[in-house]
Amino acid sequence: MSEVVENAVCTFCGCLCDDIVVEVDDGRITNVKRVCASGRGLFNHYDPTPRQPTVNGKEVTWEEAIAEAGRVLREADSPLMYGLSSSAIEAQRKNIQLADRLGAMIDTTSSVCHGPTGLAMQAVGEPTCTLGEVRNRADLVVFWGCNPAESHPRHVTRYSVTPKGMLTPNGRKDRTVVLVDVRPTASTRLADLFLQVRPGADFEVLTTLRTLTQGLGVRGQGVGAEEEVGGVPLVALEELAEKMKSCRFGVAFMGMGLTQTRGRDLTVSELFTLVAELNQYTRFSVIPMRGHGNVAGADQVMTWQSGYPFAVSFARGYPVYGPGEFSAVDVLARQEADTALILASDPVAHFPKAAAEQLGQIPTIVLDPMPNMTTEVASVVFPTACYGLDAAGTAYRMDGVPIRLRPVLSSTRPTDEEILDRLIAVS
Amino acid sequence: MSRRFRLITGRTRKQADGLHRGKETEAYRQATALVEMNADDMTRLGVEDGAMVQVRTSTGAVDVPARAGELPLGLVFMPLGPTANALVGTETEATGIPPFKGLEVEVEPA
Repeated sequence: MSEVVENAVCTFCGCLCDDIVVEVDDGRITNVKRVCASGRGLFNHYDPTPRQPTVNGKEVTWEEAIAEAGRVLREADSPLMYGLSSSAIEAQRKNIQLADRLGAMIDTTSSVCHGPTGLAMQAVGEPTCTLGEVRNRADLVVFWGCNPAESHPRHVTRYSVTPKGMLTPNGRKDRTVVLVDVRPTASTRLADLFLQVRPGADFEVLTTLRTLTQGLGVRGQGVGAEEEVGGVPLVALEELAEKMKSCRFGVAFMGMGLTQTRGRDLTVSELFTLVAELNQYTRFSVIPMRGHGNVAGADQVMTWQSGYPFAVSFARGYPVYGPGEFSAVDVLARQEADTALILASDPVAHFPKAAAEQLGQIPTIVLDPMPNMTTEVASVVFPTACYGLDAAGTAYRMDGVPIRLRPVLSSTRPTDEEILDRLIAVS
Repeated sequence: MSRRFRLITGRTRKQADGLHRGKETEAYRQATALVEMNADDMTRLGVEDGAMVQVRTSTGAVDVPARAGELPLGLVFMPLGPTANALVGTETEATGIPPFKGLEVEVEPA
């Protein structure tokens, strides 16, 4: 029987586009409309066929897999739980409950993408707004260290660059778009002004902008028109500072060009401070370009339940925060975990090799709808349903707005939440 | 002749498409196992577009095809994935995040 599902949600990235049209025939997705090139594969390549869980590579019953995972978790002295960001908040809550019960360390993919942004928010505060406000009000949009054309393709058409809004009735014509990066990218063509920063010099450029917006003088390197800071002509920074102060509603979107480069949280803090200070003159906000579909939800739920957004240990019986101590890459590199539970993530593919290899050395339990490089090395694998495709749940958009995920396919697999509930019961 | 460069890693559409198809597929391997360089840097190293180069850090080394990309002199780019991650160390400077961008690398013909 064929069916057309309107307003489905793509959970691939933090945009959580909720206007997707999915055509379903006989329990299979046959066509997807409005989805971007990056999200299309999520729908087109999803195989909803029920699969059995495995223990050490051999198919077993769900009861046998639960029993084995429970045994592994009960015997662990120092378990690490990681991932969460491609699952729904209902499962994230259960995972944190399980970590609390076991005295485990728990970390999310935030720690390898916008963890430094979380640290900056804690240091400076978060001058934020919703993407709806951006669409309707923003007349100055700055992308710093991000490449939305490659990583969040519909961001520019739904929210930030071309859409027509209440106070931006002419869409693109009503906005000035600035791109700051260490290299030209596919996003450069979107911009009215492109500033190319010398790699590793973002902090200096941001400090200069703070100084200029405060009306203070700056002396760069070089003389006259050659005068520059961090590879950017000083005159261009003066022009940008003036645009930032005189716009009606400005927003900065920042990416991993800031979080993964030298300075990390200090650089992000400088941007957040600049944005906070700009509110002396106009309305200005900053929103991190979140990667995984529900990584913003993982931050929210971790903070609700433990008080901290990532890198938390329950080993003392209460939550202790420790980026660098309880973050997954550090824990694995120091070989401090004797067991791992991975929820909807693939750290073997995305961690530095030395940390990734450690997951193959300890008992590892994985809950994931799809096989990946981590399921290849896992001792117990639960092939669960995919939220937004064959399971209902809730996810948080990059601006902190919760979006309900309705399934487009009939559910044939257990959800992460159901499996975690059972693991809590046997652990 | 300097063979030292700065490496940044990041997402690409082909990498995203490849991971949906499966990380065991040739599409994913081709999307992630490459290095993009400034064309003048490639000429200086005597490397033609598509030729194999070795990229090395103090952590590891990989052999990948070099592609001319729109990058400033001295900067090279690799897509996110296990190939690039063989070059990335685990020092997180007390933040949890490894140095995925700004790594010092050496590049030379393989």
